[in-house]
Amino acid sequence: MENVMEVKDLRKEFKAYSSRTGLKGAFRDLLTRNYKVIPAVNDINFSVRKGEMVGYIGENGAGKSTTIKMLTGILTPTSGSIIVNGMNPHKEREKFVQTIGVVFGQRSQLWWDIAVQESFRLLKKVYKVSDADYNNHMGHVIRTLDIEPLLDKPVRKLSLGQRMRCELAAALIHNPPLLFLDEPTIGLDVLVKLKIRDFLKEINEKYQTTILLTTHDLSDIEALCERVILLDEGSVIYDGALKNLQEKWSEGKELKFQFLEKVDITAVKVLTSELPVKWELEEKEQVFTATVEDSGELISQVIAKVVAAYKIKDIKINETSTEEIIRNIYEKGAV
Amino acid sequence: MDKYFEMIRIRFLMMLAYRTNYYTGILIYSINIGAYYFLWSAIYGSKEHIVGLSMTQMTTYVAVSWMARAFYFNNLDREMAVEIMDGRVAIELIRPYNYLGMKTMQGLGEGVFRLFFFSAPGLIIVYFIFPIQFTWDPSVWGLFAISILLSFLINTELNLLTGITTFFLYNNSGLIRAKRVVIDLFSGLLLPISFFPGWAQEVMKFLPFQGISYFPSMIVTKGFSHHQALEAILQQFVWVILLFLPIQLLWYFAKKQLIIQGG
Ligand SMILES: Nc1ncnc2c1ncn2[C@@H]1O[C@H](COP(=O)(O)OP(=O)(O)OP(=O)(O)O)[C@@H](O)[C@H]1O
Ligand SMILES: [Mg+2]
Repeated sequence: MENVMEVKDLRKEFKAYSSRTGLKGAFRDLLTRNYKVIPAVNDINFSVRKGEMVGYIGENGAGKSTTIKMLTGILTPTSGSIIVNGMNPHKEREKFVQTIGVVFGQRSQLWWDIAVQESFRLLKKVYKVSDADYNNHMGHVIRTLDIEPLLDKPVRKLSLGQRMRCELAAALIHNPPLLFLDEPTIGLDVLVKLKIRDFLKEINEKYQTTILLTTHDLSDIEALCERVILLDEGSVIYDGALKNLQEKWSEGKELKFQFLEKVDITAVKVLTSELPVKWELEEKEQVFTATVEDSGELISQVIAKVVAAYKIKDIKINETSTEEIIRNIYEKGAV
Repeated sequence: MDKYFEMIRIRFLMMLAYRTNYYTGILIYSINIGAYYFLWSAIYGSKEHIVGLSMTQMTTYVAVSWMARAFYFNNLDREMAVEIMDGRVAIELIRPYNYLGMKTMQGLGEGVFRLFFFSAPGLIIVYFIFPIQFTWDPSVWGLFAISILLSFLINTELNLLTGITTFFLYNNSGLIRAKRVVIDLFSGLLLPISFFPGWAQEVMKFLPFQGISYFPSMIVTKGFSHHQALEAILQQFVWVILLFLPIQLLWYFAKKQLIIQGG
Protein backbone atom coordinates (compact mmCIF):
# COMPACT_ATOMS: atom_id res chain seq x y z
CA MET A 1 0.00 0.00 0.00
CA GLU A 2 1.09 3.51 -0.74
CA ASN A 3 2.45 5.82 1.93
CA VAL A 4 0.39 8.91 2.62
CA MET A 5 3.01 10.37 4.90
CA GLU A 6 6.77 10.24 4.76
CA VAL A 7 8.87 12.03 7.31
CA LYS A 8 12.66 12.11 7.04
CA ASP A 9 15.08 13.58 9.59
CA LEU A 10 12.46 16.07 10.62
CA ARG A 11 13.69 18.66 13.08
CA LYS A 12 12.26 21.76 14.70
CA GLU A 13 14.25 24.01 16.98
CA PHE A 14 12.83 26.70 19.22
CA LYS A 15 14.73 29.50 20.85
CA ALA A 16 14.07 29.47 24.56
CA TYR A 17 14.78 32.90 25.99
CA SER A 18 15.74 33.21 29.60
CA SER A 19 15.49 36.45 31.56
CA ARG A 20 18.35 37.69 33.67
CA THR A 21 17.58 38.50 37.28
CA GLY A 22 17.28 41.93 38.87
CA LEU A 23 17.03 45.43 37.49
CA LYS A 24 20.48 45.34 35.98
CA GLY A 25 19.59 42.09 34.31
CA ALA A 26 16.40 43.59 32.90
CA PHE A 27 18.40 46.41 31.31
CA ARG A 28 20.88 43.96 29.83
CA ASP A 29 17.94 41.95 28.48
CA LEU A 30 16.87 45.03 26.54
CA LEU A 31 20.10 44.91 24.57
CA THR A 32 20.92 41.24 24.21
CA ARG A 33 18.86 38.35 25.38
CA ASN A 34 20.12 34.99 26.51
CA TYR A 35 18.67 32.07 24.69
CA LYS A 36 19.17 28.39 24.27
CA VAL A 37 18.23 26.47 21.16
CA ILE A 38 15.93 23.60 22.09
CA PRO A 39 15.12 20.85 19.60
CA ALA A 40 11.41 20.23 20.18
CA VAL A 41 11.47 17.63 17.43
CA ASN A 42 14.79 15.91 17.02
CA ASP A 43 15.45 14.29 13.63
CA ILE A 44 12.51 11.92 13.51
CA ASN A 45 11.65 9.43 10.78
CA PHE A 46 8.45 7.56 10.11
CA SER A 47 5.94 6.81 7.42
CA VAL A 48 2.24 6.08 7.49
CA ARG A 49 0.31 3.98 5.01
CA LYS A 50 -3.13 4.71 3.67
CA GLY A 51 -5.94 3.65 5.99
CA GLU A 52 -3.77 3.32 9.10
CA MET A 53 -4.82 4.72 12.46
CA VAL A 54 -1.68 5.71 14.29
CA GLY A 55 -1.44 6.76 17.92
CA TYR A 56 1.20 9.45 18.38
CA ILE A 57 1.97 9.51 22.06
CA GLY A 58 4.47 10.94 24.48
CA GLU A 59 4.79 12.93 27.68
CA ASN A 60 3.82 16.58 27.96
CA GLY A 61 6.26 18.63 25.94
CA ALA A 62 7.54 15.63 23.98
CA GLY A 63 6.94 17.45 20.70
CA LYS A 64 3.69 15.89 19.47
CA SER A 65 1.84 19.11 18.70
CA THR A 66 4.94 20.59 17.12
CA THR A 67 5.18 17.59 14.77
CA ILE A 68 1.52 17.92 13.84
CA LYS A 69 1.94 21.61 13.13
CA MET A 70 4.75 20.80 10.73
CA LEU A 71 2.82 17.95 9.09
CA THR A 72 -0.14 20.24 8.51
CA GLY A 73 1.96 23.00 6.94
CA ILE A 74 1.59 25.53 9.75
CA LEU A 75 5.21 25.54 10.90
CA THR A 76 8.32 25.43 8.74
CA PRO A 77 10.69 22.65 9.78
CA THR A 78 14.20 23.67 10.79
CA SER A 79 15.46 20.81 8.64
CA GLY A 80 14.36 17.49 7.18
CA SER A 81 11.71 16.61 4.65
CA ILE A 82 8.00 15.91 4.81
CA ILE A 83 5.85 14.50 2.06
CA VAL A 84 2.17 14.21 2.91
CA ASN A 85 -0.45 13.27 0.33
CA GLY A 86 2.32 13.65 -2.23
CA MET A 87 2.97 17.29 -1.37
CA ASN A 88 5.29 19.41 0.70
CA PRO A 89 2.82 20.82 3.24
CA HIS A 90 4.54 24.12 3.84
CA LYS A 91 5.41 24.89 0.23
CA GLU A 92 2.02 24.09 -1.28
CA ARG A 93 -0.04 25.02 1.75
CA GLU A 94 -3.26 26.16 0.12
CA LYS A 95 -3.53 23.15 -2.17
CA PHE A 96 -2.33 20.76 0.52
CA VAL A 97 -4.74 21.69 3.30
CA GLN A 98 -7.63 20.91 0.97
CA THR A 99 -6.67 17.25 1.40
CA ILE A 100 -6.50 17.09 5.21
CA GLY A 101 -8.75 17.58 8.19
CA VAL A 102 -7.39 18.83 11.51
CA VAL A 103 -8.79 19.02 15.03
CA PHE A 104 -6.84 20.80 17.74
CA GLY A 105 -8.53 19.85 20.97
CA GLN A 106 -7.54 23.03 22.77
CA ARG A 107 -8.48 25.42 19.98
CA SER A 108 -11.78 26.02 18.29
CA GLN A 109 -11.93 26.26 14.56
CA LEU A 110 -15.55 27.35 14.51
CA TRP A 111 -16.48 31.01 14.61
CA TRP A 112 -17.29 31.89 18.17
CA ASP A 113 -20.20 34.28 17.78
CA ILE A 114 -22.22 32.72 15.02
CA ALA A 115 -24.37 29.61 14.77
CA VAL A 116 -22.61 26.32 14.08
CA GLN A 117 -24.40 25.88 10.78
CA GLU A 118 -23.12 29.24 9.55
CA SER A 119 -19.58 28.06 10.22
CA PHE A 120 -20.35 24.85 8.35
CA ARG A 121 -21.76 26.83 5.47
CA LEU A 122 -18.63 28.96 5.24
CA LEU A 123 -16.38 25.90 5.43
CA LYS A 124 -18.43 24.23 2.73
CA LYS A 125 -17.67 27.18 0.45
CA VAL A 126 -14.04 27.32 1.56
CA TYR A 127 -13.50 23.67 0.67
CA LYS A 128 -15.67 23.93 -2.45
CA VAL A 129 -17.95 21.05 -1.47
CA SER A 130 -20.94 20.51 -3.77
CA ASP A 131 -24.45 20.55 -2.32
CA ALA A 132 -24.97 16.90 -3.21
CA ASP A 133 -21.74 15.78 -1.51
CA TYR A 134 -22.44 17.94 1.49
CA ASN A 135 -25.96 16.68 2.06
CA ASN A 136 -24.96 13.11 1.53
CA HIS A 137 -21.81 13.02 3.65
CA MET A 138 -22.54 15.65 6.29
CA GLY A 139 -26.09 14.44 6.78
CA HIS A 140 -24.59 11.20 7.95
CA VAL A 141 -21.91 12.86 10.08
CA ILE A 142 -24.46 15.11 11.77
CA ARG A 143 -26.72 12.17 12.56
CA THR A 144 -23.92 9.96 13.86
CA LEU A 145 -22.45 12.63 16.08
CA ASP A 146 -25.92 13.67 17.14
CA ILE A 147 -25.37 17.40 16.65
CA GLU A 148 -28.59 18.26 14.82
CA PRO A 149 -30.04 20.18 17.79
CA LEU A 150 -26.82 22.17 18.21
CA LEU A 151 -26.63 23.55 14.70
CA ASP A 152 -28.51 26.79 15.28
CA LYS A 153 -26.70 27.67 18.50
CA PRO A 154 -23.72 30.02 18.60
CA VAL A 155 -20.51 28.20 19.48
CA ARG A 156 -19.96 30.21 22.65
CA LYS A 157 -23.14 28.71 24.09
CA LEU A 158 -22.06 25.08 23.63
CA SER A 159 -20.54 22.90 26.31
CA LEU A 160 -17.06 21.50 25.72
CA GLY A 161 -18.30 18.08 24.61
CA GLN A 162 -20.96 19.57 22.35
CA ARG A 163 -18.41 21.87 20.80
CA MET A 164 -15.91 19.07 20.30
CA ARG A 165 -18.43 17.00 18.33
CA CYS A 166 -19.10 20.03 16.13
CA GLU A 167 -15.35 20.57 15.70
CA LEU A 168 -14.94 17.03 14.49
CA ALA A 169 -17.82 17.43 12.07
CA ALA A 170 -16.26 20.70 10.82
CA ALA A 171 -12.95 18.95 10.16
CA LEU A 172 -14.77 16.39 8.03
CA ILE A 173 -16.84 18.68 5.82
CA HIS A 174 -14.67 17.97 2.77
CA ASN A 175 -14.34 14.28 3.66
CA PRO A 176 -10.53 14.43 3.77
CA PRO A 177 -8.51 11.24 3.20
CA LEU A 178 -6.20 12.18 6.07
CA LEU A 179 -7.13 13.35 9.54
CA PHE A 180 -4.90 14.88 12.22
CA LEU A 181 -6.38 14.84 15.70
CA ASP A 182 -4.45 16.57 18.46
CA GLU A 183 -6.10 15.59 21.74
CA PRO A 184 -9.64 15.34 20.37
CA THR A 185 -11.09 13.71 23.48
CA ILE A 186 -9.75 16.16 26.04
CA GLY A 187 -12.34 16.75 28.74
CA LEU A 188 -15.09 14.59 27.27
CA ASP A 189 -17.46 12.34 29.17
CA VAL A 190 -17.45 8.58 28.65
CA LEU A 191 -20.45 8.52 26.33
CA VAL A 192 -19.21 11.26 24.03
CA LYS A 193 -15.80 9.62 23.98
CA LEU A 194 -17.31 6.31 22.91
CA LYS A 195 -19.41 8.04 20.30
CA ILE A 196 -16.36 9.76 18.82
CA ARG A 197 -14.32 6.56 18.84
CA ASP A 198 -17.05 4.60 17.08
CA PHE A 199 -17.41 7.35 14.58
CA LEU A 200 -13.68 7.45 13.82
CA LYS A 201 -13.65 3.68 13.37
CA GLU A 202 -16.58 3.93 11.04
CA ILE A 203 -15.09 6.57 8.71
CA ASN A 204 -11.80 4.69 8.77
CA GLU A 205 -13.54 1.58 7.48
CA LYS A 206 -15.90 3.33 5.12
CA TYR A 207 -13.49 5.74 3.41
CA GLN A 208 -10.08 4.29 4.32
CA THR A 209 -9.39 7.56 6.12
CA THR A 210 -5.88 7.69 7.54
CA ILE A 211 -5.81 9.04 11.08
CA LEU A 212 -2.93 10.36 13.18
CA LEU A 213 -4.07 10.82 16.74
CA THR A 214 -2.42 12.25 19.83
CA THR A 215 -3.99 11.80 23.22
CA HIS A 216 -3.10 11.30 26.84
CA ASP A 217 -6.00 8.90 27.27
CA LEU A 218 -4.46 5.55 26.43
CA SER A 219 -7.85 3.88 26.28
CA ASP A 220 -8.44 5.94 23.11
CA ILE A 221 -5.31 4.43 21.65
CA GLU A 222 -6.24 0.93 22.77
CA ALA A 223 -9.66 1.29 21.20
CA LEU A 224 -8.51 2.76 17.91
CA CYS A 225 -4.87 2.26 17.03
CA GLU A 226 -3.01 -0.87 16.14
CA ARG A 227 0.15 1.08 15.72
CA VAL A 228 1.74 3.59 18.06
CA ILE A 229 4.64 5.98 17.69
CA LEU A 230 6.16 6.88 21.01
CA LEU A 231 7.95 10.18 21.30
CA ASP A 232 10.29 11.23 24.07
CA GLU A 233 12.03 14.60 24.21
CA GLY A 234 11.61 15.02 20.49
CA SER A 235 12.87 11.58 19.46
CA VAL A 236 10.92 8.54 18.36
CA ILE A 237 11.64 5.80 20.88
CA TYR A 238 9.17 3.23 19.63
CA ASP A 239 7.31 2.74 16.37
CA GLY A 240 5.33 -0.42 15.92
CA ALA A 241 2.33 -2.48 16.96
CA LEU A 242 0.73 -1.64 20.27
CA LYS A 243 0.39 -5.37 20.88
CA ASN A 244 4.15 -5.96 20.71
CA LEU A 245 4.70 -3.20 23.19
CA GLN A 246 2.20 -4.79 25.55
CA GLU A 247 3.74 -8.23 25.19
CA LYS A 248 7.28 -7.06 25.59
CA TRP A 249 6.64 -4.88 28.58
CA SER A 250 3.91 -6.77 30.28
CA GLU A 251 5.03 -7.78 33.75
CA GLY A 252 2.84 -10.85 34.04
CA LYS A 253 -0.48 -10.88 35.84
CA GLU A 254 -1.64 -9.43 39.08
CA LEU A 255 -3.89 -11.36 41.44
CA LYS A 256 -5.69 -9.15 43.91
CA PHE A 257 -7.18 -10.73 47.03
CA GLN A 258 -9.36 -9.33 49.78
CA PHE A 259 -10.13 -11.54 52.74
CA LEU A 260 -13.05 -11.76 55.11
CA GLU A 261 -10.79 -12.07 58.14
CA LYS A 262 -7.68 -10.22 59.22
CA VAL A 263 -4.65 -11.74 57.51
CA ASP A 264 -0.98 -11.14 58.02
CA ILE A 265 1.17 -10.54 54.94
CA THR A 266 4.05 -12.68 56.20
CA ALA A 267 1.64 -15.61 56.67
CA VAL A 268 0.60 -15.29 53.04
CA LYS A 269 4.20 -15.12 51.95
CA VAL A 270 5.02 -18.30 53.83
CA LEU A 271 2.02 -20.01 52.31
CA THR A 272 3.31 -19.54 48.76
CA SER A 273 7.00 -19.66 49.52
CA GLU A 274 7.74 -22.44 46.99
CA LEU A 275 6.18 -20.48 44.13
CA PRO A 276 7.73 -17.51 42.27
CA VAL A 277 5.35 -14.86 43.60
CA LYS A 278 5.86 -11.30 44.69
CA TRP A 279 3.42 -10.09 47.35
CA GLU A 280 2.41 -6.54 48.12
CA LEU A 281 -0.10 -5.24 50.63
CA GLU A 282 -2.15 -2.13 50.19
CA GLU A 283 -2.75 -1.21 53.84
CA LYS A 284 -5.88 0.89 53.70
CA GLU A 285 -8.13 -1.40 51.72
CA GLN A 286 -6.31 -4.56 52.85
CA VAL A 287 -5.75 -5.62 49.22
CA PHE A 288 -3.09 -8.31 48.80
CA THR A 289 -1.52 -8.26 45.37
CA ALA A 290 0.43 -11.18 44.00
CA THR A 291 2.46 -10.53 40.88
CA VAL A 292 3.17 -13.69 38.92
CA GLU A 293 4.34 -14.70 35.49
CA ASP A 294 1.60 -15.07 32.94
CA SER A 295 1.13 -18.86 33.12
CA GLY A 296 -2.18 -20.58 33.78
CA GLU A 297 -0.54 -23.33 35.85
CA LEU A 298 1.14 -20.92 38.22
CA ILE A 299 -1.92 -18.74 38.66
CA SER A 300 -4.09 -21.74 39.52
CA GLN A 301 -1.57 -22.93 42.09
CA VAL A 302 -1.39 -19.58 43.84
CA ILE A 303 -5.15 -19.23 43.96
CA ALA A 304 -5.62 -22.80 45.17
CA LYS A 305 -3.17 -22.30 48.04
CA VAL A 306 -4.65 -19.03 49.17
CA VAL A 307 -8.27 -20.10 48.88
CA ALA A 308 -7.57 -23.26 50.86
CA ALA A 309 -6.15 -21.24 53.74
CA TYR A 310 -8.42 -18.15 54.00
CA LYS A 311 -11.98 -17.06 53.35
CA ILE A 312 -12.13 -14.82 50.30
CA LYS A 313 -14.17 -11.62 50.03
CA ASP A 314 -13.01 -10.62 46.56
CA ILE A 315 -10.55 -11.77 43.95
CA LYS A 316 -9.44 -10.09 40.72
CA ILE A 317 -7.01 -11.05 37.98
CA ASN A 318 -5.45 -8.13 36.13
CA GLU A 319 -3.08 -7.81 33.24
CA THR A 320 -0.50 -5.05 33.40
CA SER A 321 -2.41 -2.15 31.93
CA THR A 322 -1.18 -0.23 28.92
CA GLU A 323 -1.14 2.77 31.16
CA GLU A 324 1.41 1.12 33.43
CA ILE A 325 3.46 -0.06 30.50
CA ILE A 326 3.62 3.44 29.06
CA ARG A 327 4.36 4.90 32.47
CA ASN A 328 7.29 2.53 32.84
CA ILE A 329 8.60 3.49 29.44
CA TYR A 330 8.28 7.22 30.19
CA GLU A 331 10.17 6.71 33.42
CA LYS A 332 12.98 4.82 31.73
CA GLY A 333 12.92 7.07 28.66
CA ALA A 334 13.61 4.15 26.33
CA VAL A 335 11.99 1.00 25.00
CA MET B 1 -14.11 33.67 -5.09
CA ASP B 2 -17.25 32.24 -3.51
CA LYS B 3 -15.54 31.70 -0.21
CA TYR B 4 -14.42 35.30 0.01
CA PHE B 5 -17.98 36.56 -0.49
CA GLU B 6 -19.22 34.07 2.06
CA MET B 7 -16.74 35.60 4.51
CA ILE B 8 -18.31 39.03 3.98
CA ARG B 9 -21.66 37.51 4.89
CA ILE B 10 -20.25 35.89 8.02
CA ARG B 11 -18.75 39.17 9.14
CA PHE B 12 -22.15 40.76 8.63
CA LEU B 13 -23.67 38.16 10.93
CA MET B 14 -20.96 38.76 13.50
CA MET B 15 -21.63 42.49 13.47
CA LEU B 16 -25.32 41.78 13.97
CA ALA B 17 -24.46 39.56 16.93
CA TYR B 18 -22.97 42.60 18.62
CA ARG B 19 -25.60 45.22 17.88
CA THR B 20 -24.97 47.29 20.99
CA ASN B 21 -21.45 48.13 19.82
CA TYR B 22 -23.09 49.48 16.77
CA TYR B 23 -25.47 51.81 18.59
CA THR B 24 -22.71 53.26 20.74
CA GLY B 25 -20.70 53.69 17.53
CA ILE B 26 -23.41 55.92 16.05
CA LEU B 27 -23.42 57.98 19.21
CA ILE B 28 -19.64 58.44 19.25
CA TYR B 29 -19.55 59.47 15.61
CA SER B 30 -22.39 61.98 16.09
CA ILE B 31 -20.60 63.51 19.06
CA ASN B 32 -17.39 63.77 17.03
CA ILE B 33 -19.11 65.47 14.13
CA GLY B 34 -20.89 67.86 16.52
CA ALA B 35 -17.66 68.72 18.33
CA TYR B 36 -15.78 69.43 15.12
CA TYR B 37 -18.69 71.46 13.81
CA PHE B 38 -18.61 73.78 16.84
CA LEU B 39 -14.82 73.94 16.78
CA TRP B 40 -14.79 75.00 13.15
CA SER B 41 -17.65 77.53 13.69
CA ALA B 42 -15.46 79.18 16.32
CA ILE B 43 -12.44 79.20 14.03
CA TYR B 44 -14.35 80.57 11.06
CA GLY B 45 -16.05 83.26 13.16
CA SER B 46 -17.15 85.83 10.64
CA LYS B 47 -14.77 84.69 7.90
CA GLU B 48 -16.39 83.45 4.70
CA HIS B 49 -13.58 81.23 3.47
CA ILE B 50 -10.46 79.65 4.88
CA VAL B 51 -8.00 78.17 2.37
CA GLY B 52 -10.72 78.03 -0.26
CA LEU B 53 -13.30 76.18 1.84
CA SER B 54 -16.52 77.84 3.02
CA MET B 55 -17.99 77.06 6.44
CA THR B 56 -20.71 74.97 4.81
CA GLN B 57 -18.14 73.05 2.80
CA MET B 58 -16.13 72.52 5.96
CA THR B 59 -19.15 71.17 7.84
CA THR B 60 -19.90 68.85 4.95
CA TYR B 61 -16.23 67.84 4.89
CA VAL B 62 -16.33 66.93 8.57
CA ALA B 63 -19.57 64.95 8.26
CA VAL B 64 -18.49 63.11 5.14
CA SER B 65 -15.01 62.29 6.39
CA TRP B 66 -16.37 60.75 9.60
CA MET B 67 -18.98 58.77 7.74
CA ALA B 68 -16.39 57.60 5.22
CA ARG B 69 -14.22 56.58 8.13
CA ALA B 70 -16.98 54.22 9.26
CA PHE B 71 -16.48 52.44 5.96
CA TYR B 72 -12.71 52.29 5.58
CA PHE B 73 -11.83 51.96 9.25
CA ASN B 74 -11.21 48.50 10.70
CA ASN B 75 -9.23 46.86 13.44
CA LEU B 76 -7.62 44.20 11.31
CA ASP B 77 -4.16 45.00 12.69
CA ARG B 78 -5.31 44.45 16.25
CA GLU B 79 -7.24 41.31 15.29
CA MET B 80 -4.17 39.90 13.58
CA ALA B 81 -2.00 40.76 16.57
CA VAL B 82 -4.38 38.90 18.90
CA GLU B 83 -4.61 35.91 16.58
CA ILE B 84 -0.86 35.70 16.32
CA MET B 85 -0.19 36.25 20.00
CA ASP B 86 -2.60 33.58 21.24
CA GLY B 87 -1.80 31.17 18.43
CA ARG B 88 -5.22 31.17 16.77
CA VAL B 89 -3.48 31.95 13.49
CA ALA B 90 -2.71 28.20 13.34
CA ILE B 91 -6.37 27.55 12.54
CA GLU B 92 -6.28 30.12 9.74
CA LEU B 93 -3.31 28.37 8.20
CA ILE B 94 -5.02 24.98 7.95
CA ARG B 95 -7.66 26.46 5.67
CA PRO B 96 -7.31 26.51 1.92
CA TYR B 97 -7.43 30.25 1.57
CA ASN B 98 -5.16 33.22 1.61
CA TYR B 99 -5.03 34.55 5.15
CA LEU B 100 -4.49 38.17 4.18
CA GLY B 101 -7.14 37.98 1.47
CA MET B 102 -9.63 36.63 3.97
CA LYS B 103 -8.75 39.33 6.46
CA THR B 104 -9.33 41.97 3.80
CA MET B 105 -12.73 40.47 3.06
CA GLN B 106 -13.62 40.52 6.75
CA GLY B 107 -12.71 44.20 6.80
CA LEU B 108 -14.85 44.76 3.73
CA GLY B 109 -17.80 42.93 5.31
CA GLU B 110 -17.48 45.15 8.34
CA GLY B 111 -17.17 48.25 6.15
CA VAL B 112 -20.21 47.43 4.04
CA PHE B 113 -22.23 46.72 7.16
CA ARG B 114 -21.35 50.08 8.65
CA LEU B 115 -21.89 51.87 5.36
CA PHE B 116 -25.50 50.71 5.15
CA PHE B 117 -26.53 50.58 8.79
CA PHE B 118 -24.42 53.38 10.14
CA SER B 119 -23.04 55.89 7.65
CA ALA B 120 -26.14 56.18 5.50
CA PRO B 121 -28.67 56.68 8.33
CA GLY B 122 -26.07 58.75 10.20
CA LEU B 123 -25.62 61.11 7.25
CA ILE B 124 -29.37 61.62 6.96
CA ILE B 125 -29.63 62.54 10.64
CA VAL B 126 -26.63 64.84 10.43
CA TYR B 127 -28.07 66.41 7.27
CA PHE B 128 -31.08 67.67 9.21
CA ILE B 129 -29.11 68.92 12.22
CA PHE B 130 -26.17 70.73 10.66
CA PRO B 131 -26.00 73.10 7.68
CA ILE B 132 -24.65 70.61 5.19
CA GLN B 133 -24.84 70.85 1.43
CA PHE B 134 -24.66 67.80 -0.79
CA THR B 135 -24.29 67.88 -4.48
CA TRP B 136 -26.80 65.79 -6.38
CA ASP B 137 -24.45 65.31 -9.29
CA PRO B 138 -24.24 61.51 -9.80
CA SER B 139 -20.77 61.74 -11.38
CA VAL B 140 -19.42 63.25 -8.15
CA TRP B 141 -20.94 60.43 -6.11
CA GLY B 142 -19.59 57.92 -8.60
CA LEU B 143 -16.07 59.27 -8.17
CA PHE B 144 -16.60 59.33 -4.42
CA ALA B 145 -17.62 55.67 -4.45
CA ILE B 146 -14.45 54.68 -6.31
CA SER B 147 -12.40 56.89 -4.06
CA ILE B 148 -13.64 55.44 -0.76
CA LEU B 149 -13.17 51.93 -2.05
CA LEU B 150 -9.55 52.83 -2.70
CA SER B 151 -9.39 54.49 0.75
CA PHE B 152 -10.52 51.22 2.20
CA LEU B 153 -7.82 49.33 0.32
CA ILE B 154 -5.03 51.72 1.33
CA ASN B 155 -6.09 51.74 4.97
CA THR B 156 -6.50 47.96 5.02
CA GLU B 157 -3.09 47.45 3.46
CA LEU B 158 -1.53 49.66 6.13
CA ASN B 159 -3.37 47.62 8.76
CA LEU B 160 -2.17 44.33 7.30
CA LEU B 161 1.36 45.68 7.23
CA THR B 162 1.13 46.68 10.88
CA GLY B 163 -0.53 43.38 11.74
CA ILE B 164 2.21 41.32 10.09
CA THR B 165 4.86 43.04 12.19
CA THR B 166 3.44 41.09 15.14
CA PHE B 167 5.19 38.04 13.68
CA PHE B 168 8.53 39.80 14.16
CA LEU B 169 8.01 42.09 17.13
CA TYR B 170 5.66 39.83 19.06
CA ASN B 171 4.10 42.68 21.05
CA ASN B 172 3.34 45.61 18.78
CA SER B 173 0.42 47.32 20.50
CA GLY B 174 2.46 50.53 20.69
CA LEU B 175 3.03 50.47 16.96
CA ILE B 176 -0.66 49.84 16.32
CA ARG B 177 -1.65 52.82 18.42
CA ALA B 178 0.95 55.06 16.79
CA LYS B 179 -0.28 54.03 13.35
CA ARG B 180 -3.81 54.95 14.27
CA VAL B 181 -2.84 58.43 15.45
CA VAL B 182 -0.73 59.01 12.34
CA ILE B 183 -3.59 57.99 10.08
CA ASP B 184 -6.19 60.12 11.84
CA LEU B 185 -3.87 63.11 11.69
CA PHE B 186 -2.23 62.82 8.28
CA SER B 187 -5.21 61.40 6.40
CA GLY B 188 -7.03 64.70 6.65
CA LEU B 189 -9.70 63.41 9.01
CA LEU B 190 -9.00 65.94 11.74
CA LEU B 191 -7.66 68.71 9.52
CA PRO B 192 -7.90 69.04 5.74
CA ILE B 193 -4.45 68.67 4.18
CA SER B 194 -4.79 72.11 2.56
CA PHE B 195 -4.67 73.58 6.09
CA PHE B 196 -1.20 72.12 6.69
CA PRO B 197 1.87 74.37 6.17
CA GLY B 198 3.25 74.33 2.64
CA TRP B 199 6.27 72.17 3.36
CA ALA B 200 4.12 69.62 5.17
CA GLN B 201 1.77 69.45 2.20
CA GLU B 202 4.79 68.74 0.00
CA VAL B 203 5.83 65.87 2.28
CA MET B 204 2.27 64.49 2.32
CA LYS B 205 2.36 64.15 -1.44
CA PHE B 206 4.89 61.39 -1.00
CA LEU B 207 2.87 59.53 1.62
CA PRO B 208 -0.23 57.36 1.22
CA PHE B 209 -2.22 58.91 4.08
CA GLN B 210 -4.10 61.67 2.26
CA GLY B 211 -5.58 58.99 0.00
CA ILE B 212 -7.45 57.60 3.00
CA SER B 213 -9.68 60.50 4.00
CA TYR B 214 -8.72 63.83 2.39
CA PHE B 215 -9.27 62.83 -1.24
CA PRO B 216 -12.76 61.30 -0.97
CA SER B 217 -13.97 64.05 1.33
CA MET B 218 -12.67 66.76 -0.99
CA ILE B 219 -14.33 65.06 -3.95
CA VAL B 220 -17.75 65.06 -2.34
CA THR B 221 -17.55 68.59 -0.95
CA LYS B 222 -16.52 69.76 -4.42
CA GLY B 223 -13.30 71.14 -3.01
CA PHE B 224 -11.65 69.38 -5.99
CA SER B 225 -12.31 70.08 -9.62
CA HIS B 226 -13.23 67.14 -11.81
CA HIS B 227 -9.66 66.98 -13.08
CA GLN B 228 -8.16 67.11 -9.57
CA ALA B 229 -10.56 64.36 -8.51
CA LEU B 230 -9.37 62.04 -11.27
CA GLU B 231 -5.77 62.77 -10.41
CA ALA B 232 -6.45 62.00 -6.75
CA ILE B 233 -8.04 58.68 -7.63
CA LEU B 234 -5.09 57.77 -9.83
CA GLN B 235 -2.75 58.58 -6.97
CA GLN B 236 -4.80 56.39 -4.60
CA PHE B 237 -4.65 53.58 -7.11
CA VAL B 238 -0.87 53.83 -7.36
CA TRP B 239 -0.60 53.57 -3.57
CA VAL B 240 -2.81 50.49 -3.49
CA ILE B 241 -0.35 48.81 -5.82
CA LEU B 242 2.80 50.12 -4.14
CA LEU B 243 1.70 48.96 -0.70
CA PHE B 244 0.95 45.50 -2.01
CA LEU B 245 4.63 44.75 -2.51
CA PRO B 246 5.99 45.17 1.03
CA ILE B 247 3.01 43.17 2.32
CA GLN B 248 3.88 40.21 0.11
CA LEU B 249 7.53 40.45 1.07
CA LEU B 250 6.89 40.68 4.82
CA TRP B 251 4.31 37.90 4.66
CA TYR B 252 6.80 35.63 2.94
CA PHE B 253 9.34 36.08 5.73
CA ALA B 254 6.68 36.01 8.44
CA LYS B 255 5.48 32.56 7.43
CA LYS B 256 9.04 31.29 7.49
CA GLN B 257 9.73 32.35 11.00
CA LEU B 258 6.25 31.88 12.38
CA ILE B 259 6.07 30.31 15.81
CA ILE B 260 2.69 29.22 17.06
CA GLN B 261 2.12 30.15 20.66
CA GLY B 262 0.65 27.52 22.95
CA GLY B 263 0.16 23.74 22.55
N1 LIG C 1 6.17 28.73 20.58
C1 LIG C 1 7.14 28.07 21.23
N2 LIG C 1 8.27 28.69 21.62
C2 LIG C 1 9.23 28.03 22.29
N3 LIG C 1 9.18 26.74 22.61
C3 LIG C 1 8.08 26.05 22.25
C4 LIG C 1 7.01 26.67 21.54
N4 LIG C 1 6.05 25.74 21.32
C5 LIG C 1 6.51 24.59 21.86
N5 LIG C 1 7.71 24.77 22.42
C6 LIG C 1 8.52 23.72 23.11
O1 LIG C 1 8.59 22.58 22.30
C7 LIG C 1 8.45 21.41 23.09
C8 LIG C 1 7.37 20.53 22.50
O2 LIG C 1 6.11 21.16 22.61
P1 LIG C 1 4.78 20.49 22.05
O3 LIG C 1 3.69 21.48 22.18
O4 LIG C 1 5.05 19.92 20.71
O5 LIG C 1 4.56 19.30 23.09
P2 LIG C 1 3.42 18.20 23.13
O6 LIG C 1 4.09 16.89 22.92
O7 LIG C 1 2.31 18.54 22.24
O8 LIG C 1 2.98 18.27 24.64
P3 LIG C 1 1.52 18.19 25.31
O9 LIG C 1 1.27 16.75 25.54
O10 LIG C 1 1.72 18.91 26.59
O11 LIG C 1 0.56 18.83 24.39
C9 LIG C 1 8.18 21.86 24.50
O12 LIG C 1 9.36 21.69 25.24
C10 LIG C 1 7.82 23.32 24.38
O13 LIG C 1 8.33 24.02 25.48
MG1 LIG D 1 0.28 19.15 22.50
